[in-house]
Amino acid sequence: MPFIPNTDAERAEMLKAIGVDSVDALFADIPEHLRIRKLDLPDGVSELEALSHIDSLAERNVQARKMDWFLGAGAYHHYIPSLVPALAGRGEFLTSYTPYQPEVSQGTLQAIFEYQSMASKLLGVPVVNASHYDGATALAEAILMAWKAKEGRSRVLIPSDLHPEYARVIDTYLTSFDIELVRYEGDPASAEVDDRTAALVIAYPAFSGEIYPVAPAAARAHEHGALCIMQADPVMCAILQSPGEQGADIVTAEGQGLGNPLNFGGPYLGMMGTTEALMRRMPGRIVGQTKDRNGKRGFVLTLSTREQHIRREKAVSNICSNQGLSMLQTCIYLAAMGKQGLTHVARQSYDKAHYAAELIGRIPGFSIRTRRFFREFTVATPVPAALLVEKLKARNIMPGLALSHYWPERTHELLICVTEVNTRAQIEKLVAALGEVAK
Amino acid sequence: MNMHDEPLVYEISRPGRVGCTLPESDVPEYALPEGLARAELDLPELDELSVVRHFTRLSQKNYSIDTEFYPLGSCTMKYNPKANEAAASNPGWKYLHPLAGEDLAQGALELMWHLQEQLKEIGGFAAVSLQPAAGAHGELSGVLMIRAALKARGEHGRTRMLIPDSAHGTNPASCTMAGFTTQTIPSGPDGNIDMNALRAALDDTVAGIMITNPNTLGLFETNIEEICRLVHQAGGYVYGDGANMNALTGVFKPGASGIDVMHFNLHKTFSTPHGGGGPGAGMVGANESLAAYLPGPVAVKDGDRFMLKMPQKSIGQVKAFYGNFGVLVRAYAYVLMTGGDGLRRVAENAVLNANYLKARLEGSYPVPYRRRCMHEFVARGTIAEGIHTLDIAKRLIDYGFHPPTIYFPLIVPEALMIEPTETESKETLDRFIEALRAIAEEAKAHPELLHDAPATTPVARLDEVMAARCPILCYRG
Repeated sequence: MPFIPNTDAERAEMLKAIGVDSVDALFADIPEHLRIRKLDLPDGVSELEALSHIDSLAERNVQARKMDWFLGAGAYHHYIPSLVPALAGRGEFLTSYTPYQPEVSQGTLQAIFEYQSMASKLLGVPVVNASHYDGATALAEAILMAWKAKEGRSRVLIPSDLHPEYARVIDTYLTSFDIELVRYEGDPASAEVDDRTAALVIAYPAFSGEIYPVAPAAARAHEHGALCIMQADPVMCAILQSPGEQGADIVTAEGQGLGNPLNFGGPYLGMMGTTEALMRRMPGRIVGQTKDRNGKRGFVLTLSTREQHIRREKAVSNICSNQGLSMLQTCIYLAAMGKQGLTHVARQSYDKAHYAAELIGRIPGFSIRTRRFFREFTVATPVPAALLVEKLKARNIMPGLALSHYWPERTHELLICVTEVNTRAQIEKLVAALGEVAK
Repeated sequence: MNMHDEPLVYEISRPGRVGCTLPESDVPEYALPEGLARAELDLPELDELSVVRHFTRLSQKNYSIDTEFYPLGSCTMKYNPKANEAAASNPGWKYLHPLAGEDLAQGALELMWHLQEQLKEIGGFAAVSLQPAAGAHGELSGVLMIRAALKARGEHGRTRMLIPDSAHGTNPASCTMAGFTTQTIPSGPDGNIDMNALRAALDDTVAGIMITNPNTLGLFETNIEEICRLVHQAGGYVYGDGANMNALTGVFKPGASGIDVMHFNLHKTFSTPHGGGGPGAGMVGANESLAAYLPGPVAVKDGDRFMLKMPQKSIGQVKAFYGNFGVLVRAYAYVLMTGGDGLRRVAENAVLNANYLKARLEGSYPVPYRRRCMHEFVARGTIAEGIHTLDIAKRLIDYGFHPPTIYFPLIVPEALMIEPTETESKETLDRFIEALRAIAEEAKAHPELLHDAPATTPVARLDEVMAARCPILCYRG
């Protein structure tokens, strides 16, 4: 057993020091009849055998980079520079714990502070926390935060055009509370905000890809004393106005596209930020700058009186971790891409998506449903979209998500995503294939 | 440790520098939506080498398992095998899209299914869901399952959850998020749940109890079966917090003792890295009475095909997609390499190491509950006048050790909670013992060494009050 260094001789010495004659004696507090001798699992195997078995499983999956890939829908195939996993994988980051002892955790703490700083600029809000499990749970917790901040108001307006898995997570998180969730269609400015409304949730962009005007809706929410929560695409924020500058009080985002691999859905990065007025109500770990005894700059976990280990049942949330490594990957990604790199990623995704939409819109029978979009748009198809997906997969093209996956009745709609990794040749191949199989 | 000041990324930024370039765009440029273009993107501008040096240097300002002994109680800071990382970085996972479709993801679904089966066996559960992203997320899932089951039984008056006073703060916080009120059950003189207090608390308003076993004192709840029986008799459910499962693998199956629903922290017992705070994975297992309520989707097997399915009465999804899959791959690699035989040896050696430390330290540091401990034990830092546990913790840093968990559990004043894990050698434990004994001597002869500690770190003790009073939460250039 390679991970246990104790030898038999050492075990004997240790038992002697303890004053017992067998390891079994150490388990005497467990009722005898509940003790088992061995699990019904195979014996351990070598690293070589384990990895070759895992490799054989991994080979049975299809990799996005091995196909012409146009599927996003909440998980995005962006390029990740080699330095990101190389640095984030260093053992000193990988195998440290939550930085509760700041003097020996300045590496993790400063990295969190830098992530908070860059994410704050990107999202346009003054405070960002150290992250949540994913975009969906961040949004659900933001709704709970807003509801508690607006005591006495029980309505929360959420878009129908929201990622369906996010909507399900919200339902799960809100199930125990007396919150009236009202779904609105289309433009958030049309949502019926009233004086009972705690929060208006806006997806920026919506699941369909549509970018609705958000500033007027945020202003309306504020007129009624409600908070505005925006679920944003952080890559899009590199070239379009940030949620903060358009009036969001709380911003949440899925940060996977910023340096984290697809990984079959996780671990991802739940981003959350807010205003200074609300920061003491925000869940999640936060790092702050301070000084040591000698006046030297240093970083610590702060505003902890919001959290479960101090406040127990009165805490703002039960969250007790952050997505440390995913956050670190994003931190390194943002530092490496920087101002110019991230702008290019966003700009190329935008241009390539619009190029694809322009060509697809010209195929007879196809029409683009989304008016304003970033890198993802919905197409009405002349034949069932699920059929198109099946046929194009056979040609090694993943054309997007058939919306019937989430809404069985929406049979003729395809959600297409284009990022900087897609080439013009791939886009033209997709367009040609769609035209041929739809005939 | 790297003792040099490391500037912030914004402070080493120079206009015009680029850290990563993309291919030239090969499509026309399209106009951005009118009135919506962003005016300024204030991200740093660095070259690639500067980024590499910056984050390498930051990493050198951390203590970690790879570099130091890290005996944090209740955190199970065991060695994280490098093979786990190799397994998780396989491109067959990294480039697998969660909506690729079951036919293109058979390998991933099969891995999830195997891991579910392994964890069922290890925990003695009827069914398992891998959805929760962390221990606290597993707790929330579990108490929501209890809530849903009570609702299905029409028992709306069961709103109280019982929680021992030694419990982690996440337990009561998770109950609040599931709409329960909490009642604290005191511990008895032996460090276990006070059975009379438990009996007195049980009535038809009780939804259940949350139990950590071994508890956070490192002690096995010897009355576990009786506790489960009483709570069931009163109509409630038993939630098991599996934070301390490292003491029990291959020795005891929680499901067999009457626990109805439980989470395991895959980032503790199953050796996936803590990553400076996450990501973890907090799978939940349940017995027959609650299995149908598990969060989903879960992996199911049909002939030689693997599919995703929602449990019949599922509480729903607790996150998007299927769990922290990358963490699951690591845990699966660990279970394969460790095996049924090895998992028992894990528990045996974890418990042996903890008892050895306790036996050799209790002469210098008072241990409030003088029983056999499991994988960890709690001592007190009350070793000299004017010395606090915090001082001892900071002085340990100067000896090259990460401090134990301090000031927890709350029921032991000046607590030092020490968990060595099975992956540490006797020499390391002996060095740690010598350091703590030396500190106990220093506490009497040279208390200033403790008060001024740490002296060997990039920064000295930090002003946490100032940080909270005048928060600076991002770079202000």
